[in-house]
Amino acid sequence: MKSRLLLWVPLALFAFFAGLAGYMLTQEKDQFVASTMIGQPLPDFALDPAFGGLPGAAKADFVGGQPKLLNIWASWCLPCIAEAPQLEALKAQGVEIIGIAIRDRPEDVANFLQQHGNPYTRIGSDRISEVQLAIGSSGVPETFVIDAKGVIRYQHIGDIREDDVAVLLAELEKAK
Amino acid sequence: MIRALLALLAACLAVPLAAQDTMPPAPYAYNQLDDPKLEAEAAALMHTLRCLKCQSQSIADSDAPMAGDMRHQVRSRILAGESPDQIRAWLIARYGDYVSYEPEVSSTTWPLFAVPVVVILLVAGVLLRRLGKRRSDAGETA
Repeated sequence: MKSRLLLWVPLALFAFFAGLAGYMLTQEKDQFVASTMIGQPLPDFALDPAFGGLPGAAKADFVGGQPKLLNIWASWCLPCIAEAPQLEALKAQGVEIIGIAIRDRPEDVANFLQQHGNPYTRIGSDRISEVQLAIGSSGVPETFVIDAKGVIRYQHIGDIREDDVAVLLAELEKAK
Repeated sequence: MIRALLALLAACLAVPLAAQDTMPPAPYAYNQLDDPKLEAEAAALMHTLRCLKCQSQSIADSDAPMAGDMRHQVRSRILAGESPDQIRAWLIARYGDYVSYEPEVSSTTWPLFAVPVVVILLVAGVLLRRLGKRRSDAGETA
């Protein structure tokens, strides 16, 4: 009797794995790769200005004062248009936002800011995604909370939606 | 019908294009290193690093701008004298095990390595018991 039951074990195992595979197929795949640099200091960097209107960005710009936002964006990035009003809202709350423009041209950056507003105090130009890779960011847009010591405290992946503003404000408060 | 299919195909093609930038690629994205030995080292490493944008391809296989920028990092770091292991560790420190196609034993990946060993031990145990039993059965009947 016992060996009879044992005969069913392979079929049961097969059914389990087939079921698991079927279930996983229906699950939405998480496309985001989170940075493992949270809690680490920003790497040293100094980027040239992304266009004539604002200074460039360096690690030193994050050290001292209040926690700041580091916004990874690009003029060619469509979700960046969607998050522009939210960045404005954060700026209106007194948050300093330093931008890094990925693989961008000065004239495109200037055009984008003219059309969608300029929430930044500085924008560095990262033509080869050097700083982006160094902080573990895998796409545009992404927003990092950097505390006054220059330590990365929080990462927001994707465009900032209306409900994310409060989350970012709370993370900035936590980073004080 | 065919026209509708073509329109659909065109629509599929248009979306990724809209998301691309038009900047020239980084210097070492598509250019090989002059030293063939260093280039071979870089190429071997690039085949074992995952593209972050197009996650089922290695950065050697992908045409995504970000993969190009990652290849530039690999080649320029190799040129600067870093070892492939150092570069892999640098990327893993930023993106986790996920970025590497060469799994390392860590707190999250150890079951991958442990399960086959456990299964082999289990099978070996079962086989030994069975064979041993059969032999002793044969001994009794003979």
